[in-house]
Amino acid sequence: MFLRLLYESFRRQKRRKLLAGVAIMLGVGVATAMIAVATDIGDKISRELRTYGANLIVTPQEDTLDVEIGGVNLKPPSDGAYLNEADLPRIKGMFWRNNIVGFAPMLPVSVNLGDGKNMTLLGTYFSHHVIFGQQDFVTGVRSTHPWWKVQGAWPDDNSRDVLLGAHLAAKLDRTPGQEIEIAGEPRRIAGILSTGGPEDDQIVAPLALAQQILGKPGAVRRIYVSAVTKPEDAFARRDPKSLSPEMYDRWYCSPYAQSIAFQLQEAIPHSHAEQIRQVAQNEGTVLSRIQGLMLLITLAALLASALAVSASMATAVIERRGEVGLMKALGAGNLAVAVLFFAEAALLALLAGAAGFAGGALLAREIGRSIFASQITVQPVLLPVILTIAVLVTFIGSAAAIRRAVKFDPVYALRGDV
Amino acid sequence: MFLRMLVRAAVLRRGRAAAALLAMVVAAAVATAMLNLYVDVQAKLRHEFRKYGANVVVVARDGQSLPANALATVEAALGSGGGIAVPFAYAVARTSDGRSVVVAGTDFAQVQKLDSTWWSVTGWPKSAHEALIGARAASVVGGAGNAFDLSFQGRAIRLNPVGTLRTGAAEDSRIYVSLADFTAWTQVPYSTVEISAAGSPQEITAIIQRLGQALPAAEVRAVRQVTEGQANVLGKMRATLLVAAILIILTAAVCVLSTLTGWVSDRRRDFALMKALGASGRMLQSFFAAEAAALGAIGSSLGFMIGVGAAIWIGRANFHAPVSPRLSVLPLVLLGGIVIALIAAIVPISLLRRVQPATILRGE
Repeated sequence: MFLRLLYESFRRQKRRKLLAGVAIMLGVGVATAMIAVATDIGDKISRELRTYGANLIVTPQEDTLDVEIGGVNLKPPSDGAYLNEADLPRIKGMFWRNNIVGFAPMLPVSVNLGDGKNMTLLGTYFSHHVIFGQQDFVTGVRSTHPWWKVQGAWPDDNSRDVLLGAHLAAKLDRTPGQEIEIAGEPRRIAGILSTGGPEDDQIVAPLALAQQILGKPGAVRRIYVSAVTKPEDAFARRDPKSLSPEMYDRWYCSPYAQSIAFQLQEAIPHSHAEQIRQVAQNEGTVLSRIQGLMLLITLAALLASALAVSASMATAVIERRGEVGLMKALGAGNLAVAVLFFAEAALLALLAGAAGFAGGALLAREIGRSIFASQITVQPVLLPVILTIAVLVTFIGSAAAIRRAVKFDPVYALRGDV
Repeated sequence: MFLRMLVRAAVLRRGRAAAALLAMVVAAAVATAMLNLYVDVQAKLRHEFRKYGANVVVVARDGQSLPANALATVEAALGSGGGIAVPFAYAVARTSDGRSVVVAGTDFAQVQKLDSTWWSVTGWPKSAHEALIGARAASVVGGAGNAFDLSFQGRAIRLNPVGTLRTGAAEDSRIYVSLADFTAWTQVPYSTVEISAAGSPQEITAIIQRLGQALPAAEVRAVRQVTEGQANVLGKMRATLLVAAILIILTAAVCVLSTLTGWVSDRRRDFALMKALGASGRMLQSFFAAEAAALGAIGSSLGFMIGVGAAIWIGRANFHAPVSPRLSVLPLVLLGGIVIALIAAIVPISLLRRVQPATILRGE
């Protein structure tokens, strides 16, 4: 009998149920999409912030002091220690290897262009294939320094072609495709590089060429690493040596800039890794601001959804006062009527909530695709949570209206007095 | 008579009218807060991005030096926009045991404003002959607390380290002294002015052009790393906020719509009674429309005030700076509220118009 009442209520009042259902669907859909976007936004913005370039730098442990003004190194070229290029692939063997967006080794050397003046030639990877175990990984300045713009073509990492800084090219009056004599040998200019930094006055070449000019195969002066990190907090700043074993594991397994620097130091022998504070610190502030903002907006979305659901449920119940009167006149108790209404509300919330969840997941995916050009996936774990919230909100929204409908004297209700 | 009907209708059905008004107020408040945030968040985030430091750099061309009044020219070109300009002078000095180290002269008060978040400093120099030592340079001149000597082209200076500096970049290998000490000692004028200019990308481009014209002897360039990263993130954030604002406002509108529809259809007996007493259809329509419009106007103006309050609170809580209320949002919210209220009233009325008053009054 109860089931039949329930079934008939849905069958006979399709329009009204549909209206309330649409409101629930919309509310749940918006809530789902906003929660999905808010939980994922940290990761998405963090990847966008990688436009700022490398946030970690690895230098030789025994390095002498840099004597550098405006990007021009005044230190004698023979001075200082080097890292070994053969150790580089080990970066992809670290615990947080999937957070490493890219890395680029740098080797500045001093070269003579034949006119007696010394220039800086910077050896690096452009988009180099690095193989570690089964992994094949492409890295270089094109991922760590995304603001570098080349007019012409990027040189191949295995070639001996070079890029000419924009200022230098203007001064020497060279265009891509021409040749330039570097250290006594002619090299082809693949493109003109513009960075807005000291590289505009330098020559940038494949790493192997710089090593050949220096006469030290495998030498690297420093490595820039671009990693997706978590904003720094008090725990991140603790000294790993002072932590208990469990705390140490937790510290080691959190993607803080500090712990990734620590792991880089472990991966590359005789190295010193440090965060580039300009990039790493500000990334943390910007990220926490954006996450805070999204959290507040998600709360606003939840509030609006809850209101929409309860308003439409209240309206739906009040419209059925006459029906309540009839049921009571036929001998139904207050409890029986209330249970029927709540069962209807729960069924509606579950059906529309599930549909809304699917719609919200689609919406979140669409937002991810169109704004961030990457996936935002909704965690399936969210479904029971969202459905419970939907049922609860529907109950709360209809509770006051059901109470009033049940208390209403059936005589008045049937007579149509409101 | 018309007015009295409007007022009495609201007073007699306080409960239902209050519920409808509440829905309107909340929806308008949420919409106002979202629109305010959407308009203001750019400025707020731009403020955060300025902590990345200089976005424009003025450097002397090869072999030339900046004119003596370069800093004043830069500050004049920045105008009242709230930009920060910091001069830097560099020289390579020798320590007492003959090692080379880069010494930089700058204005410490301005540097603290420019690079506040990422210069990790243990103590700033305050008086003459005090120095800030880069973390790596400390190994060359000894730790903090011990005075040390530097010489440049035969001229010596004795400096007192008061703090160490850590940035993870080139600054770590330098020693910083005040510009006054630096020029008195080396006679080298400043060669670089780092500028943090405020404003949109177009405004910054305009500032770069102005500076280029004012200082023909210098090279003015944007720090692309900073400007491009900012444009990238801001664009994405703005798009996300727009989508969120649309979704939330849509949901709020649905809430208002269903409450008002319920309110109006609840009163179909009034409607029937008025019609039975001889009111024309046009009269009834205008009565309900006026009622809905009044509700929309009152609800959305109350909601506007609450929404502005919420936006100010969000600005304080999240960005530590108040979001300034945008009055330009008010007509938008007001109009939106009235239009939604009218739509909510018109649908049930047009449904009811087809029904005979007698049927309704009989209670069917």
